[in-house]
Amino acid sequence: MKRIRIFLMMVLVCLVTKLSAQSPKPISKSVMENGKTIYLSRCLACHQVDGGGVPHLNAPLDGASAVIAADKAKLIRIVLKGYSDRVEIDGEYYSNNMSAHADLKDQQVADVLTYIRNSWSNKATAVTAAEVKAVRAKLK
Amino acid sequence: MRKSISLCLLALGLSVSQLFAHSGDSTKLASKAILPDADNAGLKLPAGFGALKVADSIGRARHIAITDKGTIYVKLARLVNGKGIVMLRDNDGDGRAEEKGSFGEFGGTGIAISGKWLYASSDEEVFRYALTPEGSLVNPMSPQKIITGLINRRQHESKSIALDGKGNIYVNIGAFSNSCQEKDRGKGAKGMMPCPILDSAGGIWKFDTEKSNQTYGDGKRFATGLRNVVGLDWNKQNNQLFVMQHGRDQLHDLFPDLYDEKASAEKPAETMYALKEGSNAGWPYIYFDPELKQKIVAPEYGGDGKKVSTDPAFQDPAIAFPAHMAPNALLFYTGNQFPAKYKNGAFVAFHGSWNRAPLPQEGYFVAFVPFENGKPTGQWEIFANGFAGVEVVTGTRGAQHRPCGLAQGPDGSLYVTDDSKGTIYRIMYNGK
Repeated sequence: MKRIRIFLMMVLVCLVTKLSAQSPKPISKSVMENGKTIYLSRCLACHQVDGGGVPHLNAPLDGASAVIAADKAKLIRIVLKGYSDRVEIDGEYYSNNMSAHADLKDQQVADVLTYIRNSWSNKATAVTAAEVKAVRAKLK
Repeated sequence: MRKSISLCLLALGLSVSQLFAHSGDSTKLASKAILPDADNAGLKLPAGFGALKVADSIGRARHIAITDKGTIYVKLARLVNGKGIVMLRDNDGDGRAEEKGSFGEFGGTGIAISGKWLYASSDEEVFRYALTPEGSLVNPMSPQKIITGLINRRQHESKSIALDGKGNIYVNIGAFSNSCQEKDRGKGAKGMMPCPILDSAGGIWKFDTEKSNQTYGDGKRFATGLRNVVGLDWNKQNNQLFVMQHGRDQLHDLFPDLYDEKASAEKPAETMYALKEGSNAGWPYIYFDPELKQKIVAPEYGGDGKKVSTDPAFQDPAIAFPAHMAPNALLFYTGNQFPAKYKNGAFVAFHGSWNRAPLPQEGYFVAFVPFENGKPTGQWEIFANGFAGVEVVTGTRGAQHRPCGLAQGPDGSLYVTDDSKGTIYRIMYNGK
């Protein structure tokens, strides 16, 4: 009896460790699918099917520090406002302008960002519609 | 005794002269003995051609120029150890460069040789360096700045150059825009009318090679309506400037109701123009449709994907190539090494596409078009392929090498640069 109790305790400990080790939280399949749909129609042409971008023209998303960064607000702003500054991105310069995608709904922006933060070699926390809403409010 | 000494000296003299003659022959033998790499440097070439790597990993190698004695100069897009031009020399006659030097504290694309001068451009200025008869630089530290203050707003920023040998230099100033929309690359955004970019970009400007510090006011807009030209060359047979335009991007992304993904991947054509003073290729108002073989009104300017432009101001292309392949170099071949069909023809280096997704990318090869007296006399064909190193390029970063510059060596070999891995290729004909 005691043995069983110890065994159950161990199973419980294992489960808890496993769950807490899975950070960031698992992202739902529907969010990833919705994000992918938006990616294919809005992002694919420039950032490419492998998220690798185009050398010296369009910045890569795969492995990009700004994409997987903890500061999600900056990433949300880029999608809502577009980007045309000449700055060094992870040691390289990129020529093309990015257009604004402010017409996407908060949930759509959240889903496509969650998708790019969790595709290819990227692994980062999800972006929520509330986070997008907060950034959008500050832009106005 | 005296006689025998003089005979002996004569014999010695003969053998010395034979030695010299022999060493003279050995140089010839060495130049004949340039062997291609066992795998032709990874390239696929027509029968009878071979290739070798002259140099590797030199930086982002853009355009290339070679002196009549064989010294190679390559322009780098970005500085390596603080220098933007690489000099390469093959001293032992095996075709591979063992001497390497660098100079010039600016990154850029354009480089060309005319007369005693080496010309090179940054993304805002053009410089020239005096050359010695051997092809070395008289003073690598102090070039003459001949052009300054050209527009660089990130997009299409490279300044390619060509010379006519009569004291004029032609400089491409690319449009800092995709299609002159009110919002660049904005979905459904209208085109600005008239397009204000054309005042200072989107064309070819002509300047004097002999004057210092020239800018817009000193030069002349030679041709307009050219979105971005990276490859251009002066055709010596009919004394005319030829340019390759990079066609516009994103017809489907910007106007999804008018163009599906396939149409967007295959339109518009990449076009070659034979320019005259005052030529207008029509950007941003029109584009050339390779399927309809017509100038089509751009969707930003009231086009519906089919409406044909009847404006007589806009010139027809000399040749239309498939879409988005990014022609980065043009060279009219004047050498005698290659078979007769190549003489006076055009080689075009295609950097390779990105704007065909979700369809596979295309290009990443050197094409050839036969020419006579400045007119194409046949269809274009792929000349050198295999630069990408993969069968299908899905994402652009998957391509290993990307052709970017072309030059003809003094023996008629064709040199190709790669701005991805910094490889310099030499293609030779060794068939009969």
